[in-house]
Amino acid sequence: MADDDHSELPTVLVLRRCPFIALLEPKCSQKFNLLKAWDSPLPQDRFLTTHARSVQALLSSGNGPPITAQILQLLPSLKLVVTNSTGLDHVDLAECRRRGIAVANAAKVFAEDVADTAVGLFIDVMRKISASNRYVRGGLWACRGDYPLGSKIGGKKVGIVGLGSIGLEVAKRLEAFGCSVSYNSRSEKPSLSYQFYSNVCELAADSDALIICCGLTEETHHMINKEVLSALGREGVIVNVGRGAIIDEKEMVECLVRGEIGGAGLDVFENEPNVPKELFSLDNVVLSPHQAIVTHEAFVDLGELVTGNLEAFFSNKPLLSLAVIN
Amino acid sequence: MALLPNLPDVLIIQPPPAFISFESDFTQKFNILRAWESPLPLDQFLTTHAQSVHALLCRAETPINADVLRLLPTLKIVVSASTGADQVDKAECRRRGIAVTNAGNAYAEDVADIAVGLFIDVFRKISAADWYVRKGLWSSKGDYPLGSKIGGKRVGIVGLGSIGYEVAKRLEAFGCKISYNSRSERPSLSYTFYSNVSELAADSDALVICCGLTDQTRHMINKEVLSALGKDGVVVNIGRGAIIDEKELVKCLVNGEIRGAGLDVFENEPHIPKELVAMDNVVLSPHKAVYTVESVKKGGEVMIANLEAFFSNKPLVTPVIYG
Repeated sequence: MADDDHSELPTVLVLRRCPFIALLEPKCSQKFNLLKAWDSPLPQDRFLTTHARSVQALLSSGNGPPITAQILQLLPSLKLVVTNSTGLDHVDLAECRRRGIAVANAAKVFAEDVADTAVGLFIDVMRKISASNRYVRGGLWACRGDYPLGSKIGGKKVGIVGLGSIGLEVAKRLEAFGCSVSYNSRSEKPSLSYQFYSNVCELAADSDALIICCGLTEETHHMINKEVLSALGREGVIVNVGRGAIIDEKEMVECLVRGEIGGAGLDVFENEPNVPKELFSLDNVVLSPHQAIVTHEAFVDLGELVTGNLEAFFSNKPLLSLAVIN
Repeated sequence: MALLPNLPDVLIIQPPPAFISFESDFTQKFNILRAWESPLPLDQFLTTHAQSVHALLCRAETPINADVLRLLPTLKIVVSASTGADQVDKAECRRRGIAVTNAGNAYAEDVADIAVGLFIDVFRKISAADWYVRKGLWSSKGDYPLGSKIGGKRVGIVGLGSIGYEVAKRLEAFGCKISYNSRSERPSLSYTFYSNVSELAADSDALVICCGLTDQTRHMINKEVLSALGKDGVVVNIGRGAIIDEKELVKCLVNGEIRGAGLDVFENEPHIPKELVAMDNVVLSPHKAVYTVESVKKGGEVMIANLEAFFSNKPLVTPVIYG
């Protein structure tokens, strides 16, 4: 049919263009009528009041804009927010709960890829892979000789902060390397054999490394602070694949510069894409441009999950990845 | 003045890292003949000082060939710091009745960790992206290109000894599918065996080279194997540089005929082909897969155990050749 009758297709609101939406569009536009706020000359608020009063579903990107109470108030018929991220810190969950708006996230799609990045960064810091890669490229192997010893991974005590789907995948991998895994999480998981710590400081004190796998909430904001980093100690390593703001970044940078912790592998930062410049000269730090999820395969899976959630919603079936909001 | 007990002599031509880091562990049990500290050229040192020595402790980089062995008429054991003892002329030792021991499993875990670290790095572009961030390009140019998922990748392990086995165990936890080529099949393991390394390459997304260097394995990874691996394939080498036809590997990388490589060993260390320096799909490591404090110490313990067994006529701990 040359002229699609868009009113047949259910409407999905998208606020801002982004690469993910662009990737998704060809498939999505066959099943849904994509209502693109950015396409309109109207400012967003006016656009929503004029065109989006009967919209039931909103497709959101983890990169923004944040789905605030203000925006939600302009969408009286909204019943579903689908986001392409695992993290939900950009959505006003309290308001969604109040309004009875379901939220679906990317859940397990990324868990394996993020875990792979976490473990890759961990190995890199412990065994100095990126640093010695630079050493060899700089011609230093030939003239200066062997690179300094790294630190064995097997037998290390690793504390996982946040034992959700990502944390579990990290634990599984590290066990294969002979690490012993403990964790701190919102709640204990008695079915697992890993040791639970209710206090992240105590976890740090008993760990050789911390791997941050949790989401960013009010409770977890700057949870990894001076006290926790002190407890982790001079030989301790920290890896973060959660959100930058879970760590007090200024404090961590100072610890690294002063040699008060052993090293860090960081995929996320408080003010991306800006990375504290002090880190650029440190060899015991590995920096990753927030790409823990970035594989071709993950994007394909994500596209299917997002489309699947929307289809389920519009045909009154259970969502594929309903996020539980406590 | 108390007389020191008569410690048995052990010759060292160049000290292995375990000796350098944990010297007293050795010197409290053995009298070390320090060839490297002598102003004499090696052959003169050996003819002058080592004519009645029975034991030689050698690092991976010191070739123990027929010429050296000829200067040691009473030698009965060579204790190698390396896993493969490739630097030792085993045929000559066998002919002379000289026992050879290696490092056994001392390094297997640490070497496997580097193999997996390099593997993840190439597929997920960790070192390349780290460089990108350090150069300020994340803020100015935006996101780094996509990597490739590790789970589901078909990995061909070349050489399923103690190191290859540790690599397999780790990659399974990432959801990889493991197959292997080895001198002989290991039926107790559930991995698929390929008798032909080219066929293994054709069915693999990555090859991880974990075997030792022998006449059979020299340049085993050649143009044919690399072709079979294909342009999405990755090579990781923690064995010996000469197992791969390095010139051919470089050509394939330059022409985009394979996806990338993670290399801890090279044909002419410490020199690396200059074409590799500019490539961000290659991760370079200065032959340090064994180098953690813990594994150097463990390697030292194995060497000392073998020497003690030899000197007290007990069975050797990790013999490659029985003397």
